[in-house]
Amino acid sequence: MKETIIIAGFGGQGVLSMGKILAYSGVMQDFEVTWMPSYGPEMRGGTANVTVIISDKRISSPIADSFDTAIILNQQSLDKFESKVKPGGVLIYDTNGITTPPARTDIDIYTIDAATECARLGQAKMFNTMILGGYLKIKPVVEMEYVMQGLKKSLPERAWSLLPQNEAAIKHGAEIIKKVR
Amino acid sequence: MAEKEIKLMKGNEVIAHAAVRCGCDGYFGYPITPQSEVMETLMELKPWESTGMVVLQAESEISSINMVYGGAATGKMVMTSSSSPGVSLMSEGLSYLAACELPCLVVNCQRGGPGLGTIQPSQGDYFQACKGGGHGDYHLIVLAPASVQEMHDFVELGFELAFRYRIPSMLLADGAIGQMMEKVVLSPQKPRRSDEQIAQQCGSWAACGKGRRAKRNVATSLYLQSDELECLNIRLQEKYREIESREVRYEEFMCDNAEYVLVAFGSSARICSATVEMARAEGIKLGLLRPITLYPFPIKPLQQMVERGVKGFLSVELNAGQMVEDVRLAVEGRALVEHYGRMGGVVFNPESVLEAFKNKLLK
Repeated sequence: MKETIIIAGFGGQGVLSMGKILAYSGVMQDFEVTWMPSYGPEMRGGTANVTVIISDKRISSPIADSFDTAIILNQQSLDKFESKVKPGGVLIYDTNGITTPPARTDIDIYTIDAATECARLGQAKMFNTMILGGYLKIKPVVEMEYVMQGLKKSLPERAWSLLPQNEAAIKHGAEIIKKVR
Repeated sequence: MAEKEIKLMKGNEVIAHAAVRCGCDGYFGYPITPQSEVMETLMELKPWESTGMVVLQAESEISSINMVYGGAATGKMVMTSSSSPGVSLMSEGLSYLAACELPCLVVNCQRGGPGLGTIQPSQGDYFQACKGGGHGDYHLIVLAPASVQEMHDFVELGFELAFRYRIPSMLLADGAIGQMMEKVVLSPQKPRRSDEQIAQQCGSWAACGKGRRAKRNVATSLYLQSDELECLNIRLQEKYREIESREVRYEEFMCDNAEYVLVAFGSSARICSATVEMARAEGIKLGLLRPITLYPFPIKPLQQMVERGVKGFLSVELNAGQMVEDVRLAVEGRALVEHYGRMGGVVFNPESVLEAFKNKLLK
């Protein structure tokens, strides 16, 4: 098993921490993982992305040019990464702010309206874990038991009171993700 | 599950943890992207409250390397970290440390250059690390980690070698390894050495108190008599030959029946190992030699590969072609040696390395 994922959106959407939760979940299930962020000026207000690789074998390159799954949270990232999804791969995107939806027909495309749903529930901070829940529904690369452990490991102790909310968001994300084609 | 110390961490964070855990006495640094997490993590860990390790933000890189110089002269385990432009500022101090035969650890988390450059990863400081940087005939032991675990392990190894040979060690990483998170197993906490232990281990050279010895120890690199300075140089060169014969470290990946071999270190080696897998899937007999010590450079392993019939080498580096010169010197014209690189913080991917290999060596 080897899953190469790109998560891309705006800085502040929780892109890097979503990647960290996923990677830590992989660690808890004893997989090999790498988490390679874009870093630098683009993090401050601009686009942010992270490549996460989860594998049951030693991971050679932490840098990838094509992905099994792309989780896309803004139009710029869609423009940049749609073509980088491997044929037969998965593209998940939040429709919020997307003006030109993906056009490819050789990959599976899903939408998850997490931004809208979080606004409706008044839980803006649960945005990234809700997306993560949607992803794990489609690609259950890590078992839920370990995801919950990874979530705890990723959060600082002062934020542990938010664990139940995050767990609920992960479950809710799995319910609201929809297949487009 | 049992609480093993397996963590998910950035390479830079791990440097800090490893330093505290191996009993480091002092860290002196100045922030610069992409390595600022080293000092940030140390400040979070507050080792001055646990082991007594000093962590100090100096007013500049020049100041921090000279604090290292002072600490090292007393036999303490001291270190600094920076990124390319900051290491340039430290070059004078490194030459002095090497001349005084003082052990220390310097981490360079390289970024794109020359000049102020960019904060993206690069390997453009190979020459600076391996061929001097500072003035005079000196070397550093240069270790090139290719994973977060090696970022951890090479801190202790770097100190160990530094003290064994009384030489500054450099951990030559880059922005990619520093910023990347991977699984890492942290070593158990070792106590810092007591003053008595330091006197016992380093008393023959360190300025750690004269005690009952007849002569005091002086750390100096000033020798106005040329014959005395030549004596120092001869001793240094003998030490470098010993290091070259004993401390070469490298890793081979799929080299057994390889007809062609990529030579790459650090993050480039990780990328190249994926290239090797792709080439093998196409039936191309490609291998990877990863120098772990850049100085001393793995000359013999390369020569042995030539002897067993490797037809060509591609030195793959995030620079304009630096290590390739050492590969050529080792191969001595007996096989084809080419270079492939990207510069200025641009990072190649496994596919582009494979394409470059085919264009340069298979034509």
